[in-house]
Amino acid sequence: MFQLEFMQRALIAGLLTGLSAPAIGTYLVQRRLSLMGDGIGHIAITGVALGLLTGTAPVLTAVLVAIAGATAIELVRARGKASGDVALALLFYGGIAGGVLLIGLAGQGAATLNTYLFGSLTTVSQSDLYVVVGLAVTVLVVAIGLGPQLFAVCQDEEFARVTGLRVQLLNLLIAVMAAVTVTVAMRTVGLLLVSALMVVPVATAQQVTRSFRSTFITACAIGVTACVAGIITSYNANVAPGATIVVLALAGFVVAAVVGTLLRRRHAVSAPLADEEPEVDIPEPAPHVVSSAHAHAHNPACGHPKVEHDDHVDYVHDGHLHAAHGDHWDEH
Amino acid sequence: MTDPAQHPTPAVQVTDLSVDLGGRLVLRGVDLQIRQGEVVAVLGTNGSGKSTLIRTVVGLLPAARGEVRLFGQPVPRFRQWQRVGYVPQRITAAGGVPATVQEVVSSGLLSRRRLFRPLKAADRQAAEHALELVDMADRRKDGVAELSGGQQQRVLIARALVSDPDLLILDEPTAGVDLASQAIFADAIRERVAGGSTVVMVSHDLGPMDALIDRSVVLRRGRIVYDGPPHASQTHAHVHPHSADDEPGWLS
Ligand SMILES: Nc1ncnc2c1ncn2[C@@H]1O[C@H](COP(=O)(O)OP(=O)(O)OP(=O)(O)O)[C@@H](O)[C@H]1O
Ligand SMILES: [Mg+2]
Ligand SMILES: [Zn+2]
Ligand SMILES: [Zn+2]
Ligand SMILES: [Zn+2]
Ligand SMILES: [Zn+2]
Repeated sequence: MFQLEFMQRALIAGLLTGLSAPAIGTYLVQRRLSLMGDGIGHIAITGVALGLLTGTAPVLTAVLVAIAGATAIELVRARGKASGDVALALLFYGGIAGGVLLIGLAGQGAATLNTYLFGSLTTVSQSDLYVVVGLAVTVLVVAIGLGPQLFAVCQDEEFARVTGLRVQLLNLLIAVMAAVTVTVAMRTVGLLLVSALMVVPVATAQQVTRSFRSTFITACAIGVTACVAGIITSYNANVAPGATIVVLALAGFVVAAVVGTLLRRRHAVSAPLADEEPEVDIPEPAPHVVSSAHAHAHNPACGHPKVEHDDHVDYVHDGHLHAAHGDHWDEH
Repeated sequence: MTDPAQHPTPAVQVTDLSVDLGGRLVLRGVDLQIRQGEVVAVLGTNGSGKSTLIRTVVGLLPAARGEVRLFGQPVPRFRQWQRVGYVPQRITAAGGVPATVQEVVSSGLLSRRRLFRPLKAADRQAAEHALELVDMADRRKDGVAELSGGQQQRVLIARALVSDPDLLILDEPTAGVDLASQAIFADAIRERVAGGSTVVMVSHDLGPMDALIDRSVVLRRGRIVYDGPPHASQTHAHVHPHSADDEPGWLS
């Protein structure tokens, strides 16, 4: 099987897809834009159809249309208008409907369309592979090299702006990279399932990781494993690779969720919450310490923060506590 | 800028500023000048426009009229963001993917990091130091989502302090932070002020910061209604009765 040239191409494409989809997916999930990949995938269908209709390579037309669509999505999102939600829905459904319509016009049937929607092992051509490799490497270089900047923008956009980052540009970069990744993944998992490969490995990794870095790395490892194993299974079972890859990824998620729960439970039993504040912090009974020459008389409206202390109220005064006691103030 | 020693440019210069949010003028004709080294408290009731003022000063909101200058540069053209540390009003420090305390604090260093450059040892040290300032160094490997609200707030303070800024802009930095940690924070700020830093802080309850304030500005319905020395009923800074001989009280 590994001697077959089309399988070699499919495995290389799968490897790169398995790396780049979770890489960009980590940033999308962090910004809570998990479904963005799905929307771009829908729009890219029109791109594929345009390629088939005009006789150009569908990979090229798909990447151009996907980038245009992703840019539109990002601009609508950045505006933050309520009508933006509807605009996005129009864009997504327009993408699917337009694609199916154009493919019909191009005289191609549902079989051709299916290879783009759910992936196909046999149809990755040599020139397709060059495009896929070039695009995937670009995505990985950006996703890793600009990691700290992208992390900051996805973590807290406003803070990122105050550190002087070009936030709009970086947001656009994420959208464009997502579009490129969709095209890279098109021949392997297909346009309808690409979003799953962006999101599921990240969700799986999160079950066992704590840091962003380890989530990123684990998600990429899971993505590669699911893609390569899925392609091999798909060859043996003669089904569309997209479905097997996503089913494997989901199975991984279930396993990780169970393992993660068990690990956390065990951790909780072995290391109970540290008793950080021992009771002795509040000595009982308190010695009677009188604040001398305290000219200011506290009252509920005097502005000093008030703290409940057993049966009375203390006033916080420049780092220490004053309590009323007869005609004077006690230090508490 | 001829003689910076004699006429240092103000850290913050707000001139006739009006800000429009959703068709309403939330700030109306605000004038404010903050000299370098000053510690200013911005006070006012909920909705009086404090956060709007702060957010416009750091360039997050556009001015409808007037302008804001930081260190003499109009904000839209200001580039020396490594001189500014910002703590936003209570937002959670967590995103959709787990991130550790250390990772979040390190993102405060981006203003002085170049693109495609890895974290340097000095940066790691700065992050460590900032975490010590807020007493969170032992939690550096923990996920921020697993921290309490006050602990997350302390992480955001550390993120603002990590780049060693000259101008700190803090929007209710100690809301939800316990008294002991507020005191630690106040000490950290005091040290910076002694080193010449400028501080602009919004707060409803200054707590241990009280003694540091040089000046208070009170907003009401988007206008400045008081600008001057901290006043008893506003900043809680009474004439302090403690002198050297009455501390720390006597045992009877
Ligand atoms: N996005 C927005 N669109 C429209 N109006 C807004 C928006 N954000 C805030 N406002 C209004 O602007 C006014 C000032 O808000 P701001 O957040 O500056 O208040 P604040 O003084 O910081 O209050 P708090 O003490 O509660 O933090 C409020 O009346 C609020 O209703
Ligand atoms: Mg506010
Ligand atoms: Zn008092
Ligand atoms: Zn008491
Ligand atoms: Zn006192
Ligand atoms: Zn007494």
